[in-house]
Amino acid sequence: MSKKVYSDAKSALDGVLFDGMTILAGGFGLCGIPEHMILAIRDSGVKDLTIASNNAGVDDFGLGLLLQTRQVKKMISSYVGENKTFEAQFLAGELELEFNPQGTLAERCRAGGAGIPAFYTKTGVGTLIAEGKETKEFDGVTYLMERGLTGDLAIVKAWKGDTAGNVVFRKTARNFNAPMATAGKICVVEVEELVEPGQLDPDGIHLPSIYTHRIFEGKDFEKRIEFRTVSDG
Amino acid sequence: MAWTRDEMCARAALELEDGFYVNLGIGMPTKVANFIPDGMDVNFQSENGMLGMGPFPTDNEVDPDLINAGKQTITETPKSVYFDSAQSFAMIRGGHINMSILGALQVAENGDLANWMIPGKMVKGMGGAMDLVAGVKRVVILMDHNAKDGTAKLLKECNLPLTGAGVVDDIITELGVFRIGEGGVHIQELAPGVTVDEVRAKSEATIVTQ
Repeated sequence: MSKKVYSDAKSALDGVLFDGMTILAGGFGLCGIPEHMILAIRDSGVKDLTIASNNAGVDDFGLGLLLQTRQVKKMISSYVGENKTFEAQFLAGELELEFNPQGTLAERCRAGGAGIPAFYTKTGVGTLIAEGKETKEFDGVTYLMERGLTGDLAIVKAWKGDTAGNVVFRKTARNFNAPMATAGKICVVEVEELVEPGQLDPDGIHLPSIYTHRIFEGKDFEKRIEFRTVSDG
Repeated sequence: MAWTRDEMCARAALELEDGFYVNLGIGMPTKVANFIPDGMDVNFQSENGMLGMGPFPTDNEVDPDLINAGKQTITETPKSVYFDSAQSFAMIRGGHINMSILGALQVAENGDLANWMIPGKMVKGMGGAMDLVAGVKRVVILMDHNAKDGTAKLLKECNLPLTGAGVVDDIITELGVFRIGEGGVHIQELAPGVTVDEVRAKSEATIVTQ
């Protein structure tokens, strides 16, 4: 058995959690969230977490579970609607919030994972997001400097992975999982199906094994749907 | 008669061109997809990581791994492709998306756009809106001409926090089609029976006629 393979979320996170740490959590809404690791982090009792995640889950699922237990000190997100717990704690001053434009958050992770400490973007120029940030003109256009982002830990959800750590995502569940995986000092991946090396097409790997430090197969994914929207036809 | 919401969406769809890659905002802009002229091939991008978005699924097609940027379940098409969020916003920020159609709280005559926060209210966040308006080639706003209380949304200057400065190209409301240009907001087209005076009465921005 590969040294990267663990039996479950609890063992895969053993020794990597500490109070005050920064966690990068993949997912968009509830799609592609590392649901088993979120539960294991809740059960570990680790606190004062800074969590970078596009969203904050809903009240009773996803990262909302860590808000309920007040384990989160700060969120770095682009959109935090649909969560009453979040709203209550934020309005009471109990939770810090740093809004990042969605593309800036994604690029901060991509850059952080690629060893790029900062980059310039047009996004947010002339808005509240630009306050206190350096701007620079290139070819007559003003750009804003944003910092690359890394975390102590990236928690990632994927569809299939091999025991070497090569990973494949499924449909729109890829989202922030791939860039965040590259930006964690430790990256732990939970997959729906763990296979042997050679069973995944090497041309079709979305996340090469070098980024995956630990991997486990999760059982009984809930994969909750936030807004089930259907047509008649 | 001012346009109905469906007529506004249908009018917005006329701005699309064959082969365009388009990102539609949440709310009324999403419905523009229902009014694509027959024979026109338009590729819809969803910023959570998909090109070639299909319609809502039937009950047994629902897939929790397949949602749009509004977190609603959707379907794929034969041309669909999936990618991660960094790649998705590279398309958006790199100027590869032809057009974005978005809603607005306020638009100023210099093209400033406010559509993400109202001070004093719980702020949900900008999501991908700041990236879209900064990076997409052409930004079309689809909105009610006035707020629910009747106040003007087409202004000389926005007083709500901006989503982007000088980013709007065109505005479609129930009263007509407008373009940000030299000296103010230029009337491109009026809904049937709507007069320039009515537009001026319902706007604070400088309204310019042809």
